[in-house]
Amino acid sequence: MERIASHPAAGQNKALPGDFAIWIFIYAELLVFGIFFLAYAYTRAQHVALFNEYQQHLDRESGAINTLVLITSSYFVVMAVNAVRRGAARRCGQWLVLAIGSGGVFVVVKLAEFAARHAEGVTLSTNTFYMFYLSLTFFHFMHVLMGMVILSVVAVKAYQGAYNALEHTGVETGASYWHMVDLVWIVLFPLVYVLH
Amino acid sequence: MKYQSQAVAKPYFIAAIGLFVGQILFGLVMGLQYVMGDFLFPEIPFNVARMVHTNLLIVWLLFGFMGAAYFLVPEETERELHSPLLAKVLFWVFLVAGALTILGYLLVPYARLAELTMNDLLPTMGREFLEQPTITKIGIVVVALGFLYNIGVTILAGRKTVVSMVLLTGLVGLAVFFLFSFYNPDNLVNDKFYWWWVVHLWVEGVWELILASILAFVLIKVTGVDREVIEKWMYVIIAMALISGIIGTGHHYYWIGAPEYWQWWGSIFSALEPIPFFMMTVFAFNMVNRRRREHPNKAAVLWALGTAVMAFLGAGVWGFLHTLAPVNYYTHGSQITAAHGHMAFYGAYVMIVLTIISYAMPILRGQEAADPRAQVLEMWSFWLMTVSMVFITLFLTGAGVLQVWLQRFTDDPQPFMVVQEKIAVFYWLREAAGGVFLIGLILYVAAFFVKGGERVMASNAVADTA
Repeated sequence: MERIASHPAAGQNKALPGDFAIWIFIYAELLVFGIFFLAYAYTRAQHVALFNEYQQHLDRESGAINTLVLITSSYFVVMAVNAVRRGAARRCGQWLVLAIGSGGVFVVVKLAEFAARHAEGVTLSTNTFYMFYLSLTFFHFMHVLMGMVILSVVAVKAYQGAYNALEHTGVETGASYWHMVDLVWIVLFPLVYVLH
Repeated sequence: MKYQSQAVAKPYFIAAIGLFVGQILFGLVMGLQYVMGDFLFPEIPFNVARMVHTNLLIVWLLFGFMGAAYFLVPEETERELHSPLLAKVLFWVFLVAGALTILGYLLVPYARLAELTMNDLLPTMGREFLEQPTITKIGIVVVALGFLYNIGVTILAGRKTVVSMVLLTGLVGLAVFFLFSFYNPDNLVNDKFYWWWVVHLWVEGVWELILASILAFVLIKVTGVDREVIEKWMYVIIAMALISGIIGTGHHYYWIGAPEYWQWWGSIFSALEPIPFFMMTVFAFNMVNRRRREHPNKAAVLWALGTAVMAFLGAGVWGFLHTLAPVNYYTHGSQITAAHGHMAFYGAYVMIVLTIISYAMPILRGQEAADPRAQVLEMWSFWLMTVSMVFITLFLTGAGVLQVWLQRFTDDPQPFMVVQEKIAVFYWLREAAGGVFLIGLILYVAAFFVKGGERVMASNAVADTA
């Protein structure tokens, strides 16, 4: 078990880790998903039978696997931040590669799930439930890809020695975004796949 | 002026202001035709006045964007423009083509214009805002390509800043999406679907990049705040604007025959469109409050802040008013749309062009800022135009609410023309507000001719004493 060191980046003795601008972005993103979730809940209340029926057709196993994958990736990201705070920039990069790899697993599992729905002939216009299911999961999927791009940039910079124990705002910024992607899935999975 | 080639921006700005005056005159003609249907008939029928009003707006804004690019790109890239000659040639090509097109609208019936310009070879005419003859559209593409080449080569060869890269991205996007004006499918649903790729993806997509980069440039110059700070905010704002704006295209797809999911996508994403505009307002005021210098051009600072506020109100608030599908079911294509269109275009794009003109024009004339008396006059014009535009918007909103109420949101809907009679009072008030706008515009033009003590640029003064 690695030693836990939590020194925020230099000059960052405020409540929020990472760059302030990413938090504006995170709140905006959470607002979009929040509105989408409310719209889902409202519409579900209007069409309970339809939603209950088609929820049964979803692949809950792959959803559960992806939940574990994303939570694990968030652990890797935490360890990456922890490493850079100790000044271990290379180790930080390695943890980030593991996190990006987990993101890759999520993407593959998700694509298999989309392919299966596509093979069944499900589209955005099939019914209201599938419209929400495809919209929400695809929108989140795009965020996973975006998060992987951000983590990749941070990982490359970590390997190049751009971060140290005092200056690692970039790592915290990327980590904050990735946790947001994880958090949204943790709400999305039970809401769309399980609760009925 | 740091670079000689920036001077090519001047004719673009002058042409922009000239066409702006034309646009407002035709707006007043049309505004009167709303209540006096046969005013100037048959010389200038309503449909022609409308076409000239909207087309002139687009053309003068394009002149403004091009002038802005020619002015700010040399300064951002720290080098002379690749080819000032090309910029001058394209100016005359664009001006003559634009003038001929407007004369075509005014002098011959539209169907005859289509015949004369051989529209049947590649039919693209007859669609709102894209009424230009095909030959003019091809001319626009040629001018845009030459312009992009000139700007692009300059940017790629020089210092690359976020401001110039975002501007270039916006200008490339402007050219790319205009190509959809050549796509004219027979199927009316497809036609409308891709028509919005020009109209919506311009004003709620790539033009926002142009707006953001011009605003950032002016704020960097007049506040002296660190470029890095301004650039970071610009990234966040344009990322949000693009995500909400691009998927927000769906708010035009509710009732044209596109799939139903657009009602959800359009409603949710376009409901978020006010946020980046609000962020822009907060950002602009923040930067001015944190200013490290007192720039003598107070008028330019006023225009910059005005742009942020009015873009938020016009595009953000008045857009949100009717963007949700259940609301839009009743309001689409009513005077509420016209209200939003007026304040959004004025607040976002008219004002950003006037901002860069206000900042650049004195420099192009060899001063750091205009004479204080000229600035006072310019600020008067700011307030007259801006306040009268608020009233135009409010009167049209009043007209729109009443129109929706009498014509659609009722068990006893009344015919269109009966309702138009009933809301005539709002049209009269709108026309009066339009008259005030014209007075503001006259003062705006007059401000350029105020004679005062010559204020040489600080840099020149230093050079003279050295």
